[in-house]
Amino acid sequence: MNRFAFVKAQTLAEAAQASATVAGLIASSAGATGGGSVVKAGGIDLLDLMKENLLAPDTILSLRDIPDIDTISARGAGLRIGAMATLAGLADHPLVRDRFKALAQAAAASDTPQIRNVATVGGNLLQRPRCWYFRAKEFDCLRKGGEHCFAHSGESQYHAIFDNDICAIVHPSTIATVLVALEATVELVNAAGVTRRVRLADFFVSPSEDPTRENDIRIGEILVAVEIPATPRSSRCVWLKQGQRASSDWPLADVAVALELDAAGKCTHAVIVLGAVAPVPRRATSAEALLVGSIIDDALTKAAGCAALDGVTPLTGNRYKLPLLEALVQRAIAQALTTPGQSRQAAAQAL
Amino acid sequence: MIDAPAMRTEHFPFGIKGAGLGTVQRQVPSDEPPPLPPNAELVQIGKPAHRQNGRAKVTGAIRYTVDVTPEGMLNGMILRSPFPHARVRAIDVDDAARCPGVRAIVIVAKPDDPHSAVVRYVGAPVAAVAAASMAAAAEALALIRVDYEPMPFVVDMDEARAPDAPPVHDKMSAPAGHASGFPAAAGLPIVGNIRGPAIARRGDLAMGFAEADVTVEGEFRTSVQTHCCMEPHAIVADWRTDGLTVHMSTQFTAGVRQELAKEFGLPLNRIRVVVDGMGGGFGSKSSLGNYGRLAVQLSREAHSPVRVILDRKEEQTDAGNRPAVLQYLRVGAKRDGSLTALEALSYGTAGIALGASAGNFAQSIYACANFESAHNDVFINAGPGCAMRGPGNTPGAFALEQMIDELAERLAVDPLALRDKIDASPVRHEERRLGAARIGWDRRHATGADAGTVKRGVGMAQSMWGANVQTNAACEVRVMRDGGVQILSSVQDIGTGIGTVLAQVVAEVMGLRPEDIDVRIGDTDFPAGPPSYGSRTTASITPPARTAAWRVMQMMFAEAALALNAGAGELIARGGRIYVAGDDKRSIGFCDVAAHLRTDRISATASRADDYGGYRRSMQDAALAQQDLGGAQFAEVTVDTETGLIRVERVVAVQDCGRPMNPMLTESQVQGGVLMGLSYALFEERIIDRGTGRIVNANLEQYKLVGSRETPAIDVILLENYQGRSATDAYGVAEPANIATAPAIANAVYNAIGVRLRSLPMTPAAVLMALGKVPAETQP
Repeated sequence: MNRFAFVKAQTLAEAAQASATVAGLIASSAGATGGGSVVKAGGIDLLDLMKENLLAPDTILSLRDIPDIDTISARGAGLRIGAMATLAGLADHPLVRDRFKALAQAAAASDTPQIRNVATVGGNLLQRPRCWYFRAKEFDCLRKGGEHCFAHSGESQYHAIFDNDICAIVHPSTIATVLVALEATVELVNAAGVTRRVRLADFFVSPSEDPTRENDIRIGEILVAVEIPATPRSSRCVWLKQGQRASSDWPLADVAVALELDAAGKCTHAVIVLGAVAPVPRRATSAEALLVGSIIDDALTKAAGCAALDGVTPLTGNRYKLPLLEALVQRAIAQALTTPGQSRQAAAQAL
Repeated sequence: MIDAPAMRTEHFPFGIKGAGLGTVQRQVPSDEPPPLPPNAELVQIGKPAHRQNGRAKVTGAIRYTVDVTPEGMLNGMILRSPFPHARVRAIDVDDAARCPGVRAIVIVAKPDDPHSAVVRYVGAPVAAVAAASMAAAAEALALIRVDYEPMPFVVDMDEARAPDAPPVHDKMSAPAGHASGFPAAAGLPIVGNIRGPAIARRGDLAMGFAEADVTVEGEFRTSVQTHCCMEPHAIVADWRTDGLTVHMSTQFTAGVRQELAKEFGLPLNRIRVVVDGMGGGFGSKSSLGNYGRLAVQLSREAHSPVRVILDRKEEQTDAGNRPAVLQYLRVGAKRDGSLTALEALSYGTAGIALGASAGNFAQSIYACANFESAHNDVFINAGPGCAMRGPGNTPGAFALEQMIDELAERLAVDPLALRDKIDASPVRHEERRLGAARIGWDRRHATGADAGTVKRGVGMAQSMWGANVQTNAACEVRVMRDGGVQILSSVQDIGTGIGTVLAQVVAEVMGLRPEDIDVRIGDTDFPAGPPSYGSRTTASITPPARTAAWRVMQMMFAEAALALNAGAGELIARGGRIYVAGDDKRSIGFCDVAAHLRTDRISATASRADDYGGYRRSMQDAALAQQDLGGAQFAEVTVDTETGLIRVERVVAVQDCGRPMNPMLTESQVQGGVLMGLSYALFEERIIDRGTGRIVNANLEQYKLVGSRETPAIDVILLENYQGRSATDAYGVAEPANIATAPAIANAVYNAIGVRLRSLPMTPAAVLMALGKVPAETQP
């Protein structure tokens, strides 16, 4: 690891002086040879990247001392989550557990207690992918600004089964799967103090747009908060993860399902988000379309699980993810049906 | 002139407690202590004494090798090959040498030496640097310019077997070693990348199969497993004009001393090898290693102590591994279950060197008159393997124990009943009985009969391991004039707590408490102890410990006899005092006796006497006891047939280690064996990128180990098995505790889903594939 200056930024404006994004620095040839300044939240991912010499910044601007960007608070019946809130804080917060249980569960299932105590919501959303070709200095892969994706002809068991023709990473954030399902918005502030709000689903960048970054954070921007609106479906939201291990492991696939049912039990709105199977959290739109307008029974649940695989393009090593994902989607839908919908009061607040 | 030792006749406890405990008559050398009674009659031995250094371990006070920082110590780092196969055409270290803080550079891959100029795996050492700090050493490594000429390579075992595969070795580099472990088959042919076959046979295989009513066969694959010691490999070498001192995380201090003497031409009395705390070895810290050699070379050149610590990537790449094995098994049996023929053909990924055999298990565990095994090592461009917890038998058991279950199914008999028929071991017979009762074998349903998506299954498998003894093993016991007691040996505590066990042994003899005994081990300045591998530590060092303590106690009794006006033979030691047996009123304190000693300290050194009644086989420095170490493990699993996830809910491990010396420490070791076996079964696999020869999961994130949430309930049942073979009758347990776990889980998985998983690890991908749920590779 290189030597670097460590600056404890006291204000957002100070932190916004960072000269580069992590993705930008890695994709430029300067990434590993040094130079540039980047911001640090929990530092979990940054440390990994620096230890592997993928990144050698001159200066690290820590966000830790900046006040008021780690609080979790109610916004009507929704939530505002400061980006510096930790995953442990998210998992344990009564408001999160009460209003968006699936999010609390996803946070609690991430990695180990030691990591969750330090890792932040913002850092988790912005972390770089875990693809072993991306993570190893020796592989000059597309995502590091190189020529090609090694997973295509290489070891692909943990890679994407969708949208993988350019680069086969899967998005690493587990909470992102739930947050997209909950229709969350991220709030970013730039050096001029201008705030930009983007729907999280639109914030992510697919390889066809740019294979060297996973999201649209710009130089000098700080992700300060995530906002979750209360919607009629957000309380009937279920998240399921399947890892090879339950201890400290990345999902082989995870799924978030949010359903809205009318008084007769008919599905009026469905959001199904697939995680760890595509370069960005993926909406299973054909599965969603199947559910809307019907009373969901076993047969329809099965059909939706099957439809979630629409557009799948597995690689040699990851075809097993197809049945696994299908099963997870079916289970998540089934659980969402039995998950209590929102209380009348919450519904009233939401409207 | 040395006379043959006088012998005397003794009667020892004999048999398995709970299954008929009797006595056996043995001839023993007259300077050996009297027979040790069964554990129930003892005060310290066989009791769950706490690990003496436990507090130091959990508080961080214990000193590991990485904590050794002598004055002026330099940090050594190793430059490693980025290519799986390449010739080093030129290497330029001038810039590195000019780097501030650099004190020594050693070039490993010398361009003008055709032998060393070729690197044969990613991570092979190319050069090493010693510098004042790790940062300076890293900076210097980055400044070494190496001109590599890449050569064709092969990292996949199946591809390496092809006749046109790139050769891993040339004539000069091909290791003359052996394909199988015990005994080594020398002079095996090497054709292409295949060394072998090493053949073992008895009887007439063809006749055996002709006699068979039923034949089962199968192909099994196991993965490359790495040792993943919590404590990395580390050494601090201090070369001085008057001798070499080495602190090293090693399983064999005395062995490393011998290697150093040979390698560097030093006399043994000028070399000291020391280890205090150790965080595991599992076979990977058995010898000096290339990093150890480099540390000594750097220290010799720099005239300063040099520390080398492997990082996790180096651990996963170049610190040894358990080879992957491909096995074809064929078993013939009569309708009544008796085996008529057993054939085992295997290929193992040797990396660039080691043997990778798996046939020993099939050769030995079950009675079968007609047997043949043929093993081949296949060289690939990957780091060399090395011994790992139950080498050979662990992959061997994964295959054979599934084959035996398959045979039982074909014969329509219970797997336990079939083993009762073909397994002559009374130990495993009792273990099966105990284990079946504990797991509730009666509840086991017919294969695949569990309804629902998540199916439950129960299975079992057995282990066998030779009871190894290091005959070159000794220790000294001292009593000081103030009553202080020391035990000294170069034996090292790999983490299992042998120091605590030695204290229990000495305390038992002397009528003291374990905490009264000062245990000094892990230092070659003391009498040479055994290695901590091959499940032999306790078997080798506890008998001489008891003998040495007993001999010192004879001196103490002689002194006490004067004070008590009794015969020395009438005295016993108990509770810190020496009594006239049968007369509680006539006693003297242990310290009071010591105070009357003529000299400041008395001492006795004892070496390991041969097992009473002899060995099955003796080698230099080591021997194989008459009896094997058996184990039987039972697993209960659930299999999610939609996601492919296997959960091991419970394991019952019934193990034999002769006399259990400290059940708490032994159970803890067995739990470790089960966890390592579970991890092997479900998770572990070294994954090499075929295109570049690089390991893609050389870290503990993507090389997956069992975690806390995957830890099942583990019931350990220890037999008390008395054989009357030594002063303690203790044997090992490390390896037998690991061998049966993976096949027990595999058999349980079969019981759950009715499909056999013949490859490791048994991942969700493997389960879904076996269940036929993964769509075929035909995309529109």
